[in-house]
Amino acid sequence: MNKILPILTVVAAIFVLWYAAAIGMNKKWALDQAGRAGIELSTNDLIADTWSQDRPVLPVPHQVAQELWKTTGAMVLKGRAMSKRSLIFHGWITLSATLLGFVIGTGAGILLAVGIVHNRAMDMSVMPWAIASQTIPILAIAPMIIVVLNSVGIQGLLPKAFISAYLSFFPVVVGMVKGLRSPDGMQLDLLRTYSASGNETFWKLRLPSSMPYLFTSLKIGMAAALVGAIVGELPTGAIRGLGARMLTGSYYGQTIQIWSALFAAAILAASLVGIIGMIERRMLKRMGVKP
Amino acid sequence: MTWLIFAALFWAATWYLNSWIANGPHAKTRAAKLAVPVIFGITIIVVWEALVRGLQVPSVILPPPTAIAAKFATSIPILWQDFFQTFVKGALSGYLIGCGAAFITAVLIDRSPFLQRGLLPVGNFIAALPIIGTAPILVMWFGFDWQSKSAVVVVMVFFPMLVNTVQGLAATDSMQRDLMNTYSASYWQSLLKLRLPAAMPAIFNGLKIATTLALIGAIVAEFFGSPIKGMGFRISTEVGRLGLDMVWAEITVAALAGSAFYGIVATIEKGVTFWHPSQRG
Repeated sequence: MNKILPILTVVAAIFVLWYAAAIGMNKKWALDQAGRAGIELSTNDLIADTWSQDRPVLPVPHQVAQELWKTTGAMVLKGRAMSKRSLIFHGWITLSATLLGFVIGTGAGILLAVGIVHNRAMDMSVMPWAIASQTIPILAIAPMIIVVLNSVGIQGLLPKAFISAYLSFFPVVVGMVKGLRSPDGMQLDLLRTYSASGNETFWKLRLPSSMPYLFTSLKIGMAAALVGAIVGELPTGAIRGLGARMLTGSYYGQTIQIWSALFAAAILAASLVGIIGMIERRMLKRMGVKP
Repeated sequence: MTWLIFAALFWAATWYLNSWIANGPHAKTRAAKLAVPVIFGITIIVVWEALVRGLQVPSVILPPPTAIAAKFATSIPILWQDFFQTFVKGALSGYLIGCGAAFITAVLIDRSPFLQRGLLPVGNFIAALPIIGTAPILVMWFGFDWQSKSAVVVVMVFFPMLVNTVQGLAATDSMQRDLMNTYSASYWQSLLKLRLPAAMPAIFNGLKIATTLALIGAIVAEFFGSPIKGMGFRISTEVGRLGLDMVWAEITVAALAGSAFYGIVATIEKGVTFWHPSQRG
């Protein structure tokens, strides 16, 4: 309870600031229009106008919420949930690329981590590069991957998923290596006294004790995969997906459309990370790991 | 065919060499720790070159490293101009403004536990969102030049930096704070002499995360509109013209700049937090 009140206060403060900023930023256009029509705007009219423009510089929250509802819930009620104007459709395009990439990236990451833990040569040669590659702006090569795969004839979902996979790959590798190495000498010694084979040590000790680390990196990887899928939709002028909605919005000055796509992406990211967090809590509880 | 056999042999030879070093008696020395990844990197480049030549991959799909190096050497003025536009004007200015603002905000909200409890979860939440999506909005507001890239970077680095600094300022334990109290230290004295130094590992963690974010933000923001220079602009236009060697040259610049930026921050960290267990190793 003593957490909810401060959070609500901060969120409320953000909303107040947002509405106030919208007045300041949209004022010029409103005054321009009024000046051309030869009307003198009262303060109340001015505020009402800045909060209800069609193409505001900064749309206010209720406009974004209306647009979100219009392109999701209202579409579902009309039975056109998968129409091209529906954000559910665009969100699904992005989500499918994100999930596919996430699964590929996580799988490859876990495999590489297992290899690194069991092979010293691999550890010494690959690990420094895996860490160094995190300092490189990998997203910059997204357009190249898209175009190159396009010219080879691979189109649609896979190139975007590839970028997502690449972005979620390294956090998982680094996290899993840390996790698989987390059992201390005492525990490893115990298994040795049981004369456990390397295989048994892996399945019964290393893998279970790496779970907390795995979930932390899964959350980072999921957020990165979504960013990858969105950025993957930008460079080729894609017409479907949340990134494409942002791009077309910025071409045609449809600010409300950009903001609604942005919020859809944010909601998507929050729920994906939330789902992983939920699985994490369930699983760690059953395994008896303290939260 | 000879190229392919050469690639396979080279791979096998260097892999054997690496596992010999890694399992040998000198594996723990500094030289071995440096040599093994370097050999691995060289192997990747040589095998890449040999595979591209052997399989005759067209250069619009994957140019060989030698072609990239040649392009890099001949177009240094363009690369420098792009680097200056994107990195120095866009990323660096945004990085300084964003991290500075986040640091000041963190010190201010640190005085109020109420704000701390409210801002930390919100900040953590926002830090996990795809903030890069604000790029088209900010490009609209601030125009095509570096100001908009700088703004994107500010938004991207602000929350990770804020969260890390607030956590760092809370890192002292009550014993240490009590000691400052018995010295009757003022707020500023305890901030400057105890809590800021103790917060440095966390602050530098935030600064290091922000280096990568800054470069990504500046490059991706250029996809939404830019003047006719800049790394993101060059990448997206050269990709359109299938000038892949130029794209790889820009990626090399981005990789070098990113690693160097990170390296500089990490070196400063080593000097500032010399007392921390992770640095004494």
